[in-house]
Amino acid sequence: MPDLVKFIQGNQVVVEAALYAGLDFYAGYPITPSTEITEHMATRLPQIGGKFLQMEDEISSICAIIGASLTGHKVLTATSGPGYSLMQEGLGYAIMAEIPCVIVNVQRGGPSTGLPTGPSQGDVSQARHGTHGDHAIIVMTASNHQDIFEITVEAFNLAETYRTPVILLFDEVVGHMREKIILPEKGKLPLVERLRTSVKKGVDYHPYLPREDGRLPMSDFGSEHRYNVTGLAHDMWGFPTSNPGVVHGLMHHLVDKINNRVYTIEKHKEYYLEDARTILISYGASARSALHVVESRRRRGERLGLLELQTLWPFPFGMIREKCENARYVVVVEMNMGQILEPVKMSLPPDKVFLINRVDGVFITPTDIRNMLRIIHGKGV
Amino acid sequence: MPVKDYIRERFFPHIWCSGCGHGIILNNMLRAVEELDMDKSDIVMVSGIGCSARISGYVDFHTLHTLHGRALAFATGVKMSQPKLKLMVPMGDGDALAIGGNHFIHAARRNIDMTAIVMNNRIYGMTGGQFSPLSGYGTLATTAPYSNIDHNFDVVALAQAAGASFVARTTTFHARQITDLIKQAIEHRGFSVIEILSQCPTYFSRKNNMGGQIEMMEWYKNNTTRIGSKAKQENPQLIERGIFVQRDMPEYCDEYDKVIEAAQK
Repeated sequence: MPDLVKFIQGNQVVVEAALYAGLDFYAGYPITPSTEITEHMATRLPQIGGKFLQMEDEISSICAIIGASLTGHKVLTATSGPGYSLMQEGLGYAIMAEIPCVIVNVQRGGPSTGLPTGPSQGDVSQARHGTHGDHAIIVMTASNHQDIFEITVEAFNLAETYRTPVILLFDEVVGHMREKIILPEKGKLPLVERLRTSVKKGVDYHPYLPREDGRLPMSDFGSEHRYNVTGLAHDMWGFPTSNPGVVHGLMHHLVDKINNRVYTIEKHKEYYLEDARTILISYGASARSALHVVESRRRRGERLGLLELQTLWPFPFGMIREKCENARYVVVVEMNMGQILEPVKMSLPPDKVFLINRVDGVFITPTDIRNMLRIIHGKGV
Repeated sequence: MPVKDYIRERFFPHIWCSGCGHGIILNNMLRAVEELDMDKSDIVMVSGIGCSARISGYVDFHTLHTLHGRALAFATGVKMSQPKLKLMVPMGDGDALAIGGNHFIHAARRNIDMTAIVMNNRIYGMTGGQFSPLSGYGTLATTAPYSNIDHNFDVVALAQAAGASFVARTTTFHARQITDLIKQAIEHRGFSVIEILSQCPTYFSRKNNMGGQIEMMEWYKNNTTRIGSKAKQENPQLIERGIFVQRDMPEYCDEYDKVIEAAQK
């Protein structure tokens, strides 16, 4: 089948990308501005013989997809701020029990019910730290439909590779916006399939004993290996333990498998960075306005560049340091009170890092960015 | 019954207190599985959090020890994604009906094929004796030191009203009935609920002067009766045992197959 050109919503792109990646199970609960994902899943999944569940809340939605992942399926749930808060419990479970799954949060204004239809990027810190206990997490985002497609497929690949939940943090603007997308031909994007154990029937299978490369082959519920899965600290059989040595090893495994691989996992896009005196760092919908400003200023000869983050966590401290080394001004553009500003300040001399933001439920425009840049550059209001 | 065929000896001894009723439930649950001649690899046991929930670790099935109250939600995902599997979901009373109450009624409403077993000891045991939604008015607990003013759910009435297509009740005194009811529940196609009254001598009894496990089981013997028995007519206070609901209703996974058929037309 050749590439297919479509003009659709970002939320629908997520659905098509997930199906491309091999998704065949979805559970969700309606919430603005992510509802279209649930709606399209309800239509699309039975067409391919997959399963769709509308659950009683977001808590049960994430639980259901974890259950389905254990039978060997690629799974996803989608929600927005308040629903994402409810999912923190299940998210922690998936981290602890190492269950591959993808969770989409199409962000809206918060806290609480906040601004259901207003754009925001206020859940960036929650995506990193929301669930209790020490943990690492992969959080990715995108600013346009073509990238949403690729990042969504990548999320499934990372979930399978590292046996971990992966968060896709989109926002109301890209979720609801319609634009052109070329749906890639089958086989064009690489897919990572479930790594299943080669241990034979009757041989002791250790579901939580990593191989030399750090990966943990799985065994589907219903197949020959019967084992225990728990959210308690557990040993290599998956049985609860409070043995300090075993717990220590488990904690380091859970964090290191992600945080030690930042350079492998991390994705970003660069625009005009080579000679940039001012670098904008942005992501998601904000990066669209940032790119617009960079391109229009470049035409006037201004040395402006854009570093668009696609992996928000684990945070690419080293990459930021490297790319922004020679810039005089580094300006974070985001729709929150500075949630990516903080780690950027940890990466660079803080006095050259600035913030341009909006938190009023209105999309940050190129004009907003231009006006603030004048102040940062000392050109007055 | 060679019980060793069904348990993970490596993980014993179990954590339950001496005199706890949960071991009787485990024993009779395994008997049911054996008598039905089920393949262990076809069974997924999903549990939540609490004393009851630890049951899943001890059995040689596919076992999923999940979050407090969420067992049925996880089980729904397992069943829906792989309908050939047989789901057994043992839960405690607080687990199933306080924190898990919403999942309980919705799983019943969907009539998804699984066996929910409410191991009702009327108390939160693992956290040390707080009242649960099944403790009942007038009982004592660490969080009801003066007397409990919370009324209890009637599990049978609740399950029935929520749409469960098989609803039964028994006690740990009536061990053979546990086996019989679990067998029938597993064979029933749809959402089945069995409430099993299970003694907690450590907390519920100590707080409420019910004696040791023997006195508690005698209480079950003396205060329960078969559904519709003459004894019940004479003494309406007696708790009925047996099958309250057994009806043929469309099962959820079967219904979804029809959705797939319609979508692919």
